Amino acid sequence: MAAVQGGLVDAVEKKDIKTEPSEDSGGNNNANDGRLLSPPPGSSASAPGGNKPPAGAPEDQQTLLAVLQFLRKNNLAESVEILRREAGLPEDALDLKAGDSAGAEDASSLLSRVTVSSSAAAQAPTKAVEDQPDVNVVLSAYSQQGDPALYGVYYSGLKRFIESVLDCHRAELSQVFYPLFVHMYLELVYNNHENEAKVFFEKFSGDQECYYEDDLRVLSSLTKKEHMRGNETLLDFRTSKFVLRISRDSYQLLKRHLQERQNNQIWNIIQEHLYIDIFDGMPRSKSQIDAMSGSLAGEAKREANKAKVYYGLLKEPEIELPLDDEDEEAENEEGKPKKKKPKKDSMGSKSKKQDPNAPSQTRIPLPELKDSDKLDKIMYMKEATKRIRLGPDNLPSICFYSFLNAYQGLTAVDFTDDSSLIAGGFADSTVRVWSVTPKKLRKVKSAADLNLIDKESDDVLERIMDEKTASESKILYGHSGPVYGISFSPDRNYLLTCSEDGTIRLWSLQTFTCLVGYKGHNYPVWDTQFSPHGYYFISGGHDRVARLWATDHYQPLRMFSGHLADITSTRFHPNSNYVVTGSSDRTIRLWDVLTGNCVRIFTGHKGPIHALAFSPNGKFLASGATDGRVLLWDIGHGLMIGELKGHTDTIYSLKFSRDGEILASGSMDNTVRLWDATKAFDDLETDDFTAATGHIHLQDNSQELLLGTYMSKSTPVIHLHFTRRNLLLAAGAYNP
Amino acid sequence: MAEERRPKQCTVVLPTESMKAMAESIGVGQLQEESCVALSEEVSYRIKEIAQDALKFMHHGKRRKLTTNDIDNALKLKNVEPLYGFQSQEFIPFRFASGGGRELHFYEEKEVDLSDIINTPLPRVPLDVSLKAPKEQQKVESTEPLKVVKPGQEEDGTVQGKGQGATAADGKGKEKGLIRLKPRSTHELSVEQQLYYKEITEACVGSCEAKRAEALQSIATDPGLYQMLPRFSTFISEGVRVNVVQNNLALLIYLMRMVKALMDNPTLYLEKYLHELIPAVVTCIVSKQLCLRPDVDNHWALRDFAARLMAQSCKTFSTTTNNIQSRITKTFTKSWLDEKTQWTTRYGCIAGLAELGADVIKTLILPRLTVEGARIKAVMEGPVVSNIDKIGADHVQSLLLKHCASVIAKIRPQPDNVEQYRIDYGYLGPMLCSHVMKARTQAALQAQQVNRTTLTITQPRPTLTVSQSGLSGSAGPRTPSIIKVPSSLTLMSPRPGTPSQPSPPATKYIVMATSAGPASTQQVITLSSSQSASPVTSTVPSATSTLQPLVKLESGSGPGLTGSRPMQKYIVVSLPSSASSSLENKSSVLPTSISSTPIEAGMKLDRSESPGASTQSPH
Repeated sequence: MAAVQGGLVDAVEKKDIKTEPSEDSGGNNNANDGRLLSPPPGSSASAPGGNKPPAGAPEDQQTLLAVLQFLRKNNLAESVEILRREAGLPEDALDLKAGDSAGAEDASSLLSRVTVSSSAAAQAPTKAVEDQPDVNVVLSAYSQQGDPALYGVYYSGLKRFIESVLDCHRAELSQVFYPLFVHMYLELVYNNHENEAKVFFEKFSGDQECYYEDDLRVLSSLTKKEHMRGNETLLDFRTSKFVLRISRDSYQLLKRHLQERQNNQIWNIIQEHLYIDIFDGMPRSKSQIDAMSGSLAGEAKREANKAKVYYGLLKEPEIELPLDDEDEEAENEEGKPKKKKPKKDSMGSKSKKQDPNAPSQTRIPLPELKDSDKLDKIMYMKEATKRIRLGPDNLPSICFYSFLNAYQGLTAVDFTDDSSLIAGGFADSTVRVWSVTPKKLRKVKSAADLNLIDKESDDVLERIMDEKTASESKILYGHSGPVYGISFSPDRNYLLTCSEDGTIRLWSLQTFTCLVGYKGHNYPVWDTQFSPHGYYFISGGHDRVARLWATDHYQPLRMFSGHLADITSTRFHPNSNYVVTGSSDRTIRLWDVLTGNCVRIFTGHKGPIHALAFSPNGKFLASGATDGRVLLWDIGHGLMIGELKGHTDTIYSLKFSRDGEILASGSMDNTVRLWDATKAFDDLETDDFTAATGHIHLQDNSQELLLGTYMSKSTPVIHLHFTRRNLLLAAGAYNP
Repeated sequence: MAEERRPKQCTVVLPTESMKAMAESIGVGQLQEESCVALSEEVSYRIKEIAQDALKFMHHGKRRKLTTNDIDNALKLKNVEPLYGFQSQEFIPFRFASGGGRELHFYEEKEVDLSDIINTPLPRVPLDVSLKAPKEQQKVESTEPLKVVKPGQEEDGTVQGKGQGATAADGKGKEKGLIRLKPRSTHELSVEQQLYYKEITEACVGSCEAKRAEALQSIATDPGLYQMLPRFSTFISEGVRVNVVQNNLALLIYLMRMVKALMDNPTLYLEKYLHELIPAVVTCIVSKQLCLRPDVDNHWALRDFAARLMAQSCKTFSTTTNNIQSRITKTFTKSWLDEKTQWTTRYGCIAGLAELGADVIKTLILPRLTVEGARIKAVMEGPVVSNIDKIGADHVQSLLLKHCASVIAKIRPQPDNVEQYRIDYGYLGPMLCSHVMKARTQAALQAQQVNRTTLTITQPRPTLTVSQSGLSGSAGPRTPSIIKVPSSLTLMSPRPGTPSQPSPPATKYIVMATSAGPASTQQVITLSSSQSASPVTSTVPSATSTLQPLVKLESGSGPGLTGSRPMQKYIVVSLPSSASSSLENKSSVLPTSISSTPIEAGMKLDRSESPGASTQSPH
């Protein structure tokens, strides 16, 4: 028996450590969403329900009970009496409540925390001290009374009602089922009605939409009150209100029904745990609802997507293009980076006037362009002139880079923008860099040798390289866990990797050593990416917080919190002013780098989002998830504008062609698929979408948009890249 | 589907017995039942939780398989002490034990001495990760069908084609490592097989013709040669390589005969070795010089023979993926079209193309007759250059005449006008004309023969048609012709010592016997070479007693018995090679075995179900 107890204590302790970041995220949550979960310290004797607008009677009652309890604890018998008389509570109300020991204890623990009184804390039962206060705050809301046997009756009653309403309302009201089911189940579990909970679950879990299956699986393993502590999924449910969008008519219908039936149990849950976003107008259809639902916390509120987003591109810096013969220039570049004197021939045509949707050039400070950057830009422009114009009739060639002998260990791949280098992150903690051009990878000479070099010579940049170290690939050691994210800096001098060990490392591609290890994430970091302008980078991981860093700061500049589960992928907007994060909570959030606010929340995916890609013009976003679907989003309007079905497994990679006509998606199902992005976006613009309500009606035209499917033998596609001339490169590890 | 699974997920809990067993293993005895229940629920929940976290790592690892590392990482995520210990390479099964009314599954974990582990030699280092360049990939994929290399025969430089395997590495150093590391299954030959191989190869290239015939016979018929096939194939290709350099005509001929014998063996699948055999054969067709004295030696016959082999392998092995025929055709055409090609090679190319069939002749050779004629004329009538050229031109000329005449005879309407021919075909025109006319008369003669008697032999397609037509009244006396068949077949049997025409790849003889009575049936006789004379299977259910003699035919009293039934007629029709490979063998040995002992040849009687055969039926 002793061992058992020890184990439990252990578990609790570990959970304490574990939940730290969730607390953290919870706190940030509050700040961001203006939602108050825990009462502010100092406001004494207010139970969780206290902050909320006047709700149903039971909630008040609960608050009263909590207060009563507090008074009794402190032996303020008279006050107890008075309060009870005033509230009209029966004599035994408190006793009844006390019988339900868990709830009472939790309430008391809450109070002990709120009043900051050491004596109270001492008086509080030991168990409460052991417990984690925050979790209890969250959970105590479940300590409600009600006949457990009736839950099923309530639920099926509501079900019957919803099934009997008019068709147009039924789809909308059906949304209520899932959150209601979850909360009722949790209530049962919390109140130790284990068997009833099990029966309830078995009876109604089959009714839920199939895309909630993953959550239901987690839920099904939750059968005891003890399990609820430290369970993140559960916390997510509680800390965030499930958002439903329901038309006013449907809502009235529901409200009337519940009030008629005096169905307080359900009404309470709706009041407390759900956020119903009511809109005026036609109720939505089932397909419209299905398109948007699936996230852990319901749909996005409409207000969440109202903020103005400057999705336009920054003006290209004026670069003087040398007048020389292009070929000669190219030759020079290949051989040795001899510095060219730029002639006075500015790209006048290129300087268009400022896009009204673009952020101002100085909205966030961007690094100055170096000479080498300018050279690179010139190269880019030259390549761009040779670019192949893609279209449905002119599909790109795809060139597949297979990693052999990777033993299932390839976890991340990136190409440089000019497609000269490939980097791979591996499960064995190594990072490997390959040169795919004849130019081999060389290290800079050691400091002693560098001293001997004539610094005035023309080819000093060439001379600093150590010819002896030339090789086709280099291995970078430093991480102590699988490398999940990898990104080259735009200038190809740095490489960024993030790993299971919780660090992000910056590597120099001159010396092939680690320069910085950025510590901040406590848990595995799933993804990282450099800003298109360099200097900044974004990372996101298991701790649900995305962090924005600058390479010369060892601490993050911004922390973006709000996701309810792991951040699985991160991407920078082409104008560097925004970042987008995809998460296991099946939402996508767009964050403003300047303010740190979440400016867009996109819901609709039914699985963790593993791939994100901005269109080159910055207007659109494509996202791919484990559900095998690619969704297209209009950033400006904050709307879903397309759904591309075809993949049968997780999509790990998405990329728009350089001009944005083609979207390529690569998946675990060993295929690369090409989609007609132009058509997908054009079709929409002619459509009169109701931007005001955000109700989209997607036509199912995936098959028309699918331009091609290309199978590999047995190689999942984990990265895609369009070269500057629009050749599509794909990469993956061959799995025999 | 999801609905079905969910309730299960809800209820799966570890059995309490496991809890008890685990408690006992750490020294806690007498665990109470309630504690066990509580424990098992808790443990089940935690395990599920960890599994769900581990899934995350799997997804981010871009894998479909959950690994133990994922579990380790998930434990780390939960701040649980990781599992220590060595991972066992081999699969450890659960052991089962029961006793005292309890059933238990457990791992048998032995305590391992640390020093043992330290002292064990390190395992081989696995291959390093490598990036496969797309160029290489394309190359490999395009040449895949012909470049496949079997393990066991990649000696030194032959690894280049195995890029389609996962283990292909780029860079030479890695290739070396590859050879060392790849667990190859060595195809060890038994002592007997080694002896056999030695004997056979020696006999094949030795001086004794009788032995050689025996050896070739063995190669062509033995069913158990598959193990040795890589050796034979290497033997041939290396042999050709060496002997071409040394201009050893006789050995080249012997080697080609070996190829033929290998091809004739129905139990061998040569597809995988074509990459060695085809170059060898093609070498024998088109090589500039095959013998020491090109003016005297008859290397032309070797070229003809090899060309026929080539045609046969094209027919047998060409598929849409490997495109052997079109690639070979291209090769021949290319070097033929080259101005500088020598007459010997030219001859080989033309022979190779011509053997591929009338279509190829029609499309590729006929249009070039004029050009080729001019070239021949230049040699024949121009200033004397060299005797060798003259002989070469002469041979090319007769080759062209031989092959083209029959084709032209078919496609060109009569009459044959010499002048017209000269216009159409240039220098070769008049000669062609006469050849065509000869071919036409021959064809007419043959047609008559078919009407009257029994034999058509169409060349060069090695199918043999022996048919006896007709009128039931006149059938009687001709029945013995079945026994005469072999003698006509010897026309095609390889003459010892010289390259010969390929024998029909698969010839199926259908004997249709019609008796005067109502019962008529068709039978397929496949001639089997086995000396043991496989028992005759007469599968003719409706056979009347009149058919019984056929069974006796095989037993040796053929002529007598057919004579005893004068009203029966037999029609022997040959079918072109069918898909059944077992026939190939039998037909190939047919000539020799039958010519010597026609009656001993085991005949298998089957009911014919082939529509081709039935259309030839007199009814």
